[in-house]
Amino acid sequence: MPATAWDETRAQAIIDAHKATDGAALPVLHALQAAFGFIADRAIEMVADTLNLSRAEVHGVVSFYHDFRRAPAGAHVLKLCRSEACQAVGADKLAAEVRGALNVDWHETTADGRITLEPVFCLGLCSCAPSAMFDGRPIGRADAKGLTALAQEKPMSGKA
Amino acid sequence: MSARIFIPLDSAAVALGADDVAQAMAREALARGIALTITRTGSHGMHWLEPLVEVETPTGRTAYGPVKAADVPGLFDAKFLGGGKHGLSVGRVDDHPFIKPQTRLTFARCGRIDPLSIADYRAAGGLKGLAQALKLGPDAILAAVTASGLRGRGGAGFPTGIKWKTVKDAKAGQKYVVCNADEGDSGTFSDRMIMEGDPLAVIEGMVIAGIATGATKGFIYIRSEYPIAVGIMTRAIQHAREARLLGASVMDSPHAFDMEVRVGAGAYVCGEETSLLESLEGRRGQVRAKPPLPAHHGLFGKPTAVNNVISLASVPAILANGADTYKSLGTGRSLGTIPIQLAGNVKHAGLYEAPFGMTLGQIVMDIGGGTASGRPVRAVQVGGPLGAYFPPNLFDTPFDYEAFSAKDGLIGHAGVVVFDDTVDMLRQARFAMEFCAIESCGKCTPCRIGSVRGQEVIDRILKGIEVDAQIALLEDLCSTMKLGSLCALGGFVPYPVLSALTHFPEDFRARPRSLADVA
Repeated sequence: MPATAWDETRAQAIIDAHKATDGAALPVLHALQAAFGFIADRAIEMVADTLNLSRAEVHGVVSFYHDFRRAPAGAHVLKLCRSEACQAVGADKLAAEVRGALNVDWHETTADGRITLEPVFCLGLCSCAPSAMFDGRPIGRADAKGLTALAQEKPMSGKA
Repeated sequence: MSARIFIPLDSAAVALGADDVAQAMAREALARGIALTITRTGSHGMHWLEPLVEVETPTGRTAYGPVKAADVPGLFDAKFLGGGKHGLSVGRVDDHPFIKPQTRLTFARCGRIDPLSIADYRAAGGLKGLAQALKLGPDAILAAVTASGLRGRGGAGFPTGIKWKTVKDAKAGQKYVVCNADEGDSGTFSDRMIMEGDPLAVIEGMVIAGIATGATKGFIYIRSEYPIAVGIMTRAIQHAREARLLGASVMDSPHAFDMEVRVGAGAYVCGEETSLLESLEGRRGQVRAKPPLPAHHGLFGKPTAVNNVISLASVPAILANGADTYKSLGTGRSLGTIPIQLAGNVKHAGLYEAPFGMTLGQIVMDIGGGTASGRPVRAVQVGGPLGAYFPPNLFDTPFDYEAFSAKDGLIGHAGVVVFDDTVDMLRQARFAMEFCAIESCGKCTPCRIGSVRGQEVIDRILKGIEVDAQIALLEDLCSTMKLGSLCALGGFVPYPVLSALTHFPEDFRARPRSLADVA
């Protein structure tokens, strides 16, 4: 997810591209986050102005959904599933090991800025649990060794 | 002549290395000077064998799995392109003991066809339901769907035909069909599998729903945790539009219907239909009080049929084969087939479509093969994070909406998550409350506050503080949440909590422990 630096002209173009859509807020916010990596304060003002909403309403939407960030993430995002099907095959232990190895807690980014660790409640990979997602790439039967290796150096290909 | 192989593009197969296998196959074929066509398909649902590679031979398709990229040269050496024997040989998928006994109606094509080929879809029986629907017209479609006994597969089990009739009878200039693909329940993945493996069946079901209800616009709301499904559905809609299955004149009929994909943003509660509608309208996904029903006052205030992915994907086969064929399957008031999803600590994890009525024990032990760890099964959670935990002494319960309800459980979206005897059921009860606290939309007090108080009460039980008093408090709290919550999130979280307490009381009175003991 290569995000670029904040650019107000580009942000306005993104908002304008979606503004005629019915119920435009989520598509606009997704597009802004895809472009810039997070939803800046200024972006909330601009979305509110263009969609004729109050800033409070837009802030309310951004803060409601787990996906939207108010600050940039690390270079890569590692999501670990915390749900029951994964718990049944050791997800809690796996999460503790990964948090220990990366020296971060949930929602934190490693000191070198490489990895942001996030919990997720179900990736639909319950039949090959425990599951994870690395920058949008699904990983089944995840183990701590594979995940921490992935976190240290992103390989060109290959299962974690 | 070029050899042809099939490799799943299903998220579960990809999570286990299917993309790497496909690359390795292409590379190896090139190095050996063999012309090879690789078709990416959905998954057959035998996920313990993924990535499962099938080869087209003169006598049909034969399978190998689970294949790793490193196995690829060896498969070529064993002449697998001619069906040669190899340590990973699975044989014909149709003859496999996991596949052969299934009744695949909704998943008939999943794993077999190129999901984005309309020609493949048509050749495998697709579009027959829509052609029949166009012949029948709205009233006869409603009659057929109602007669089939189809009930909402999202979990609530409301009769689909009655919901559609309510929308049809509502007077409005604009009506909508909304497909709920916010499949957030742990242990469920049937929506994801059909969207990835047979997206045109979902589209066909939505078009039929549009014709039946008079809706001309549809939305499919897919959770953001499913990026592969989002991509495939988006492309399938484009293909369907080009083939005039969508647009101003569906299959050259006077009916107009078009649809688009909308992506969620990570909120479990948006699987609740009114919360989903709020989200589609661009707001916080907070639950609406009912009535008014979405069928009367739904998306943007217009009459809206909100249906689960599997409900919609089941409709084409019902119209193609007739309502009587569908309702001849199943038991009691649970008619037709249900795609059961086996997950967690189970040997044969995957998707198994069968008529309602099998017992839970048959599902877990005979089909699932018991635990993957080889230890005894201790608990099975059915129906997602809001479903009850069943002990093995309830394994005689038939898979049927009413039978599960009679045992204080629910089948929900038909996810079955197996736990072995290392599970701590007090921790599972605590997780149910924690999950509810994290995912509560915050609109009603029993859910928003009750879930936090529930965690605190369970934490005191964990530490062994006034256990009897805390258990009484927990039961009282569950009663308040059950009766007082606006939607199923707060209203159903007592199912996992109370079932853990009822069936596994020993875990609530075990030695004091901290959460860190197990984690």
